[in-house]
Amino acid sequence: MKIYVSRDMASVALGADDVAHAFTEAGCDVIRTGSRGLFSIEPLVEVETADGRIGYGPVGPGDVAAVLDGTHPNRLGRIDALPFFAGQQRFTFARCGVIDPVCLDDYAATSGWKGLDAARALAPQAVVDAVKASGLRGRGGAGFPTGIKWQTVLDAPGDAKYIVCNADEGDSGTFADRMLMEGDPYCLIEGMAIAAHAVGAHHGYIYIRSEYPFAIYTMRLAIERAAQRIAPFTLEVREGAGAYVCGEETALLDSIEGKRGQVRAKPPLPALKGLFGQPTVINNVLSLAAVPFILAEGAEAYAAVGFGRSRGTMPVQLAGNVRHGGLYEIGFGITLGALVNAIGGGTASGRPVRAVQVGGPLGAYFPPSMFHLPFDYEAFAAAGGLIGHAGITVFDDSVDMAHMARFAMEFCAVESCGKCTPCRIGSTRGVEIVDRIIGMRPHAVMPANAGISLLAGGAEEKRDPSLRWDDEVLGKALYSRSPSRIDTSLDAQSDLLRDLCDTMKYGSLCALGGFTPYPVLSALDYFPEDFGLAKSVQEAAE
Amino acid sequence: MDEFIEGWTAQNGATRDRLLPLLHAVQEEAGHVDDAIVPVIAKALNLSRADVHGVVTFYHDFRRTPQGRHVVKLCRAESCQARGGAAIEAAAAQRLGVAMGQTRSDGAVSLEPVYCLGLCAIGPNALVDGRPVARIDGAALERIAAEVAA
Repeated sequence: MKIYVSRDMASVALGADDVAHAFTEAGCDVIRTGSRGLFSIEPLVEVETADGRIGYGPVGPGDVAAVLDGTHPNRLGRIDALPFFAGQQRFTFARCGVIDPVCLDDYAATSGWKGLDAARALAPQAVVDAVKASGLRGRGGAGFPTGIKWQTVLDAPGDAKYIVCNADEGDSGTFADRMLMEGDPYCLIEGMAIAAHAVGAHHGYIYIRSEYPFAIYTMRLAIERAAQRIAPFTLEVREGAGAYVCGEETALLDSIEGKRGQVRAKPPLPALKGLFGQPTVINNVLSLAAVPFILAEGAEAYAAVGFGRSRGTMPVQLAGNVRHGGLYEIGFGITLGALVNAIGGGTASGRPVRAVQVGGPLGAYFPPSMFHLPFDYEAFAAAGGLIGHAGITVFDDSVDMAHMARFAMEFCAVESCGKCTPCRIGSTRGVEIVDRIIGMRPHAVMPANAGISLLAGGAEEKRDPSLRWDDEVLGKALYSRSPSRIDTSLDAQSDLLRDLCDTMKYGSLCALGGFTPYPVLSALDYFPEDFGLAKSVQEAAE
Repeated sequence: MDEFIEGWTAQNGATRDRLLPLLHAVQEEAGHVDDAIVPVIAKALNLSRADVHGVVTFYHDFRRTPQGRHVVKLCRAESCQARGGAAIEAAAAQRLGVAMGQTRSDGAVSLEPVYCLGLCAIGPNALVDGRPVARIDGAALERIAAEVAA
């Protein structure tokens, strides 16, 4: 009997290996797939029957007999008929969770390589035109039109051009790149091979963060197996080394070159002078993985879905304190509230949703009053946020937003590459200001991990935890830095924080320093009461 | 270690862009990248010692001192925080007897922060000696502690 069990890192973290082993022991033919993308039903087991693949989940290793005789209480029926999946438009993730990810026959049998064959039958300019016509925009967060980037590289003179895939998916709340690389690696390889044909490149790199060991393993295996199919184009995986900033494209290029992952000043654009000074296409995993569909099914089929200038589908990732977390691929335009409440089912804890952070550590925190926002690059930008890599992290009403603002600054300080001052110094000053503000809250207690300084390599807490941050302590701390004229009032400090955010936003070299103000300012704007400030007029009126 | 580096560069090349893969290989072989090995690496790739030192210290993954026999990498990022990560972090530090970012004095275990493992809907998450563990609660911490003690 054929049994399908996911080998995705998330499924394995929930015990899928033990489940797969138990079915193998029972004499079943176990096929390891990627994840379907709904983690509340993992570990998920699908049994091949005359009526199609019937799912059971979550399932433990002791459930083998009940699953095989069909009496298990967690019988789900056909997975694609579940409401979570029936509403999706899976263009990029069509195969993920369905096929054996590293089986070339499975890939070819599910329209694999159709896009590459179509592309290779076309002139490079025609391929670039198709990507332009599809309206595909960079899925890494910036939303820059992919076709225009490719055109620049195609037109650039250069003896060696490169295709670089940014798989340094460091944003918390995002896991689509990881799922695709583990669940359908050939799709990414095909997209990169199409890009290579379009711009005239011969070699490509996939830069994967070291926190994704499963993805690194799967991609390396898939590249080896697909080598003949994509020849003369060649690919290699580069493993990151735990630096968040390497997700920034120019820092990533420096990292591949063997340097510190520091951000480069632009111009020159990577499209003109990128890796090793050569014209380089650098795209996110999801951008490249969307390309095979566009070439196989036509640009119109892709562009037909979407909202405004955001065309096609977005693999949205529902994360954090959410009941039905997972990957939900759908055309742009769905509202934030529909994603969080109707699809995600609200919080996992059952408490009210208080805030959602969209776009990772550099994305804004939105309260439920903003749930009418359509998922669209422009709509989010207008609301002072960003879609980013489309991760949505849900928080319930136990969240302390001042603490989250502090964390945003702390994270920036830990991960700053150090090249520009607003990011390197500003983030540290930001932590200090938020600490002062927190210290001024009535009955202030510092957040549980506030004393654990990662900046000093995890030096132990020196501050007496019983010590209240009263005026005397605060005054002394401030005196040591700036002898006079410091206004330590709450209003002055929150003004100072806004001022600092302004400097970081407009003065930083890249998105790390430039976007860290988004979570901080949105927390201040929408949740002022957590900072001890008066509630905003808008919210008080509700 | 000198022979290891020589063998590695002979097989994989000695150009500058090989520095990160080489550092990963050295760390996998020796457990950490000792300061004493930096000049050897620099010579092998024709770089300055300062240059190699700069790269080693830039990336969080590269360690200059030995790690504990077991390594627990606990996620501190937002999605895990939304699921009670801060409390688990405090409990883990207490249960394992080591502060975040430190190695226990008996060398049995290191507790390290990690910023996102991409398992964001099923946190709090950790990598225990490279094995992913999700939905960490008190019981899961006990299992991790038992594993580390073994």
